[in-house]
Formats: sequence, structure tokens, C-alpha cells
Amino acid sequence: MQTKWWSGGKSPFNVEYGKLMMWYFLMSDAFTFGAFLISYGTIRFSQNYWPDPNVVFNALPFTGHANLPLAFVSLMTFILIVSSVTMVLAVHAGHKNDKQGVIKWMIWTIIGGFAFLGCQAWEWTHLITGDHAVLIKGQIEHIGTTVTMNPWGPAAEVASHDGHHIGTTGPVAFGGYFFGITGFHGFHVFSGVIINIVMLVMAINGTFERKGHYMMIEKAGLYWHFVDLVWVFVFLCFYLI
Amino acid sequence: MEHSASPEVTFHHEAGGDEFVKKIIKTTVLLSIITMIELGLGLAMYAFPMAAVLKLFIKGVIVILSLAKAFYIVGIFMHLGDEIKNLIMTICVPLMLFIWFIAAFLMDGNSWKNLRNSRGKLITPVEQHSPAAKGNH
Repeated sequence: MQTKWWSGGKSPFNVEYGKLMMWYFLMSDAFTFGAFLISYGTIRFSQNYWPDPNVVFNALPFTGHANLPLAFVSLMTFILIVSSVTMVLAVHAGHKNDKQGVIKWMIWTIIGGFAFLGCQAWEWTHLITGDHAVLIKGQIEHIGTTVTMNPWGPAAEVASHDGHHIGTTGPVAFGGYFFGITGFHGFHVFSGVIINIVMLVMAINGTFERKGHYMMIEKAGLYWHFVDLVWVFVFLCFYLI
Repeated sequence: MEHSASPEVTFHHEAGGDEFVKKIIKTTVLLSIITMIELGLGLAMYAFPMAAVLKLFIKGVIVILSLAKAFYIVGIFMHLGDEIKNLIMTICVPLMLFIWFIAAFLMDGNSWKNLRNSRGKLITPVEQHSPAAKGNH
């Protein structure tokens, strides 16, 4: 059975209908993420003080309170780049109609996706539960990072706590933007993992073999690479600058 | 071609074989190196006290490096570079909107900050001379 998606009988861009529509979906999704990140940038530009990411994101699992700025997020970035590579190799195996290759590389991609999500869960937990002493209305309180409050403000002018300068509360918008945007990206990663699992099951069942092509893997691959692409900019806006 | 999803599609871009795998490995190494440079610059801003202008310059460099990463991911991993030109244009031309989008909103945020910081200072009364008073002297 052949569905004629293009009424002209000829693909205008010489690509499959579904693939072109995936591109247009991704373009619109780029605008969604763009709008979020630009909104974050606007608020950040309107503030006199913004927390230094090197100070906020300095923890690594199993290292206690060691000050390791950006180490963990580098690991997350590396995991996502590697899972992008395994996805390219799955698409490549699909082009060669190599079923075993597709299955192997899809499994690695799914593992990479879960690894990234696990890292993000750890990072969120660490931020929410890791409390710091701050000065609020003349009182020293211990707070973690939430969407309403965070301890990443500038150092308090007078108060000192055990001989250390203690901080004040940071810009309210910091937590909301951080959890909102990394959460939206994490949701994309999660749905990407689900799509990849569906693709893996279809590949194992021989659905693509019967169809004679692995175009679906290619479309899922586009989505997965987009998730990696968005991370490049989330990484840039929240952790690097 | 035998593995086309649709008889309408006649164009096949993939070179296939080991040549392509080599290209992927090269791109991966490049992306990793760029990421490490970015991290190095990010940490340098933290480790060494520096002037605000220099900091801004380093941030600009990091933004450009990120755009290079985006170019490689879209062009090589997503194969957009291998599609025909009209398809590339329908994706890239609408994204030009971002130039205005970013510039306008960041400037707006900055202006918001400046207005808030100068509140109460800009409206200090300037000494007024009425023309009538001047004429009397």
C-alpha cells in the first residue's frame, strides 16, 4: 500500500514526507526553547546581581563537599554527545539494512538517555535538598534552591557565621528558570528515550525489515539530535556564561 | 533505490561505508574538544579575577563556540548539510527571526535594569527659568 502524501506526485525537497515534517516540528520546538532562554536572558539582564554558575554547580556525586565547579555538568554533556553518536551509528546501520547494528546502537543510545536523566535527577535533588546558611530579615536560615527561594545571593555585608561571610537570598527568578528550562529539556530527553525504546522494539520485531527501510529510525534520530542541540544552548546559558 | 520509503524520493545523500563512520568520529572529537575549550574558559573566569570587559569578551567567545557546535550537530549528525538547498533554506531562513528576538529582548532587559537603578535620580528638578522672570532683570 502506498500513500501519496505529496499531491504533486513528486517530493518538493526530495525527502520523505515524515522527515520533512519532523524538521518543521523541530524548527518550531527551537522557537519554544528559544523563547524560554531569551525570557531567562531578559530577566538576567534586568538584574544587578546574578549567581555565578561556578559557585552554584560545584558538586559531584561521591566527592562530598569538594569544590568541583562544572565537573558534573561536563559529564552530562559528554553523555549526551556520546548518545548522539551512537544514534548516528544506528541510523547509519539502518541505511545498510543492518538489523543487528540498529538494535545494538539503539540499546546504547537508550542507556545514554537514561544515564543523562539519572544525572539530572541527582543534580536537582542536590540543589533542592542541599541547604546553605543565608541571612533573611536579620535571621540566619538554611534554605535550598527552589522555584521561590535560593541561597545564591551576594554575601551579606555585616553578618558572619562561624567566621565565614554568609550569603543572602538570590534572585527569585533563578530557581524558576533553572528548573523550568532544564525540566523542559529533561522532558524532551525522557520522551526521546520512550521513542527510542519503541523504535528498538519495532526493530527487534522486524517491522522495519518487512517495510524494507529504516526511515523511522532516521526520524527518531533527528529528534534525539535536537535534544542534544538544545542541551548545547542550555549548557551555554545556565552553566557557562 | 531499493530502500526508499517512497517512490517519489530519488535523492540519496549518504555516502555510506567507512568513510561516513570516519566523518562521525572526526565530528565527535571536534565537539568534545570545543566543549573542553568552553569549560576551560568558563573555569578561567571563575579562577582568575579579571576585568568585566575581558569577562564579557570570553563569554562572547563561548557563545561563538556553542554556535559552532550547533552547526556541526545540525550539519553532520542531522545531515542537514546533505539535503538539497531549498530544504536547508526553509529551515534556516525562519530562524533568522532569532537575531531580532535576542537583540530586542536582551536590550529591553538591560533598559529595565538601567531605569530601575536610576529611579529617583533622573527626575531631580532642573532649575527652571521662566521667560517672564528673565525679562524683569
